Amino acid sequence: MPGGDIVQSHSELEQFRADLRAWLEANCPAEMRDGRRDETTICWGGKNWNFASPAQKAWLEACAGKGYTVPRWPVEYGGAGLTREEEKVFRAEMDRIGARSPLESFGIWMLGPALLHFGSNEQKLQYLPPIARGEIRWCQGYSEPGAGSDLASLQTRGEDMGDHWVVNGQKVWTSYADKADAIFALVRTDRDARKHLGISFLLIDMNTPGVSTRPIKLISGASPFCETFFDDVKVPKANIVGTENRGWDVAKYLLTHEREMISGGGGGLLGGRALGAVLADSGADVAGDVTLRAAAMTCEVDAMAIGLTLERYKDQAAAGTGAGDASAMLKYMGTELNKQRHELLMAAGGSDALEWDGPLGGRAADWLRTKANSIEGGTSEVMLSIVSRRVLGLPG
Amino acid sequence: MAKLVVTEEETMLADAARGFLDEAAPVAHLRGLRDSGQTRDAALWREMASMGWTGVLIPEAAGGSAMGHAAAGVLAHEMGKTLVTSPFISSAVIAATALRQVADARANAALASIADGTATYALALDEGSKFNPAGTEMTARRDGNGWQLTGDKTFVVDGGHADRLLVLARTDDGLTLFDLDAGRAGITRDPRNMIDARDAARVRFDAVAATGDDVLGTVDDGMTVLRPALEAGQAALAAEMSGLAAGAFAMTTQYLKDRKQFGVPIGSFQALQHRAAHLWCELEVTASAILNAGRQLDSDPGDASLAVSLAKARATATAQLAVIEGVQMHGGIGMTDAFDMGFYMKRARVSAEWLGDYGYHASIVAAHRGF
Ligand SMILES: Cc1cc2nc3c(=O)[nH]c(=O)nc-3n(C[C@H](O)[C@H](O)[C@H](O)COP(=O)(O)OP(=O)(O)OC[C@H]3O[C@@H](n4cnc5c(N)ncnc54)[C@H](O)[C@@H]3O)c2cc1C
Repeated sequence: MPGGDIVQSHSELEQFRADLRAWLEANCPAEMRDGRRDETTICWGGKNWNFASPAQKAWLEACAGKGYTVPRWPVEYGGAGLTREEEKVFRAEMDRIGARSPLESFGIWMLGPALLHFGSNEQKLQYLPPIARGEIRWCQGYSEPGAGSDLASLQTRGEDMGDHWVVNGQKVWTSYADKADAIFALVRTDRDARKHLGISFLLIDMNTPGVSTRPIKLISGASPFCETFFDDVKVPKANIVGTENRGWDVAKYLLTHEREMISGGGGGLLGGRALGAVLADSGADVAGDVTLRAAAMTCEVDAMAIGLTLERYKDQAAAGTGAGDASAMLKYMGTELNKQRHELLMAAGGSDALEWDGPLGGRAADWLRTKANSIEGGTSEVMLSIVSRRVLGLPG
Repeated sequence: MAKLVVTEEETMLADAARGFLDEAAPVAHLRGLRDSGQTRDAALWREMASMGWTGVLIPEAAGGSAMGHAAAGVLAHEMGKTLVTSPFISSAVIAATALRQVADARANAALASIADGTATYALALDEGSKFNPAGTEMTARRDGNGWQLTGDKTFVVDGGHADRLLVLARTDDGLTLFDLDAGRAGITRDPRNMIDARDAARVRFDAVAATGDDVLGTVDDGMTVLRPALEAGQAALAAEMSGLAAGAFAMTTQYLKDRKQFGVPIGSFQALQHRAAHLWCELEVTASAILNAGRQLDSDPGDASLAVSLAKARATATAQLAVIEGVQMHGGIGMTDAFDMGFYMKRARVSAEWLGDYGYHASIVAAHRGF
């Protein structure tokens, strides 16, 4: 959340901490306190969501009631309106009891921040509270078969029919498109303009006639992403975010939030636990295996420093002294580190980690999944090019 | 939780330091000292004293400016950018922090002499080629009411010129920290010709007499005084190294814009762009660890070990990468003595070893993190 936080006294924050502790004690079900954060435990929400347990449902409802699914969002849009300092206390207290995240979604990570910045007041009131309550699940329609790193060359087009557009085209790599209720999509609405200037950011209901999806199987065995087809899909004019043909601004802003979220993997994917502890849990001889130990120590040093960098940028943003967009750096560093960590976890697991359903459960699937971290949301090479151009001012 | 935001005062301090150092101590200053066979500029140290830098960690009552560890880091970072030659870390950070732990009348007088620039200190700790305080073997044998110190210290940074030495030696039941005049009978200093052209000496102690007045803190418990001093020094050194890395990086990015090959600036080649961008990312991440260490030392110095070792480990790796890439991206000119990059490379190597290398500090991080 951008700048302008009020400054709070130490005693105010401690009061907040005490109240929060009591609330967590009363409301966080025991089952939700194992600190887990993986595909099998995440609550994604949405109209078709099947809760994994009554505890998962109760935990989501309790948090949604307090705005704790999106603690920094304003109260009127379903958040808790916490300041940055309160949010730090909130995260620390959640971590202290190993509380699972009550809700994750593309709405929280990506669309919400974009709407808060670019949406009209009606759009904010219409779309944000259902995201905060986990009642709607969004997916992201950016990439196309011919438009990956060169995203702005996208060809899905919207034809202006007065009060609505008719959208035709194809998206690809659309994560969870088959499970989502709605998609935020980049659509070319002016074919004559320069490529960045003819794109609009549209919100499309997945139940609209003409929208269809086809799952794609990943190397990790799962098939969480899809091809998404638009066949004469009618989209009301009210469903545009920002200005017509200026959707690229919205798209880029959203990407900075997506990248920051993906970069968190460097510190967060192990549920905040030190790599050494996780390695030891899997029976690895961390003390005796000198190669493993040396590599793990370096990973841990880097993970902690990257975690601090995430915190530093959030502190700067809250203090209104943000040094511009650092999401490319964070995304690059966080994802490359996360890939290394999972290489170590596989090495530590040895042959036990090689069975899909072996003693180390989903380790291989997790390892394979992390390979996408440095591709999705913009590849590492693209991140480095962004730093090179925007930060270092190198030519070309 | 202390905020990881650079304050306005810190920015002003950095700007003022930069302005002064660009005039008084650019890299050419170090080159001039080296070419004339010197390792000290006493006038520069006096100016640092007059600006309050030597007293950055010294209470106002003892004539210091008491700006704190984060501020010391800001100064060290700026000094690192141009490889400033001064006993700042040995005296104003390590010795000042040790003396502050004691804070009796004698220690306060010593603090005042650091603050006003009249005394400099060096830490005589290492005995082997690696930093290892716990492995100290030099003995201080009981002799009547006092002790006799005998043994060899090595890599005593700033030890060739220091007025006083902090010496760690083994006593009956532990390690004891002594604060000795460097000219005391039985001390022989052998200033070495260091690769980075700075002051470092091997120091021999031959039955050097010491009394209870020379002991800092408690007999057999020198680490209680020395540990916080080492952590303060490691944090400041990490900050200096991050400045060194930033200095080398700035030269390199400028060269990428200026140097032309194949009719275009070499900075238009993506292979070099990505290497430079990666290096910048490493610098940014290290900056967070440095700031965090300063904040932690200022807010909760008793619990700073993890933050400090994280900073020194990161700074060591980043400085190393910055100078390796710095030479490579300059091509042949980077290898010449006439060009400054070599000075950065050599200082980075010396700083990597001083006060604990990468493995030493990464192991401490690992231990804090449960493995
Ligand atoms: C698991 C997963 C989930 C995803 N989810 C979504 C989603 O929900 N919605 C969505 O819209 N998209 C999604 N994506 C797509 C993702 O954003 C794209 O894969 C990504 O932007 C890269 O595009 P591409 O696959 O076409 O690769 P390409 O752009 O073809 O890249 C191929 C290689 O070339 C390199 N390269 C390309 N251009 C340059 C250049 N200029 N300089 C140097 N190197 C270059 C790349 O770095 C890469 O190594 C997902 C991807 C994955 C793997």
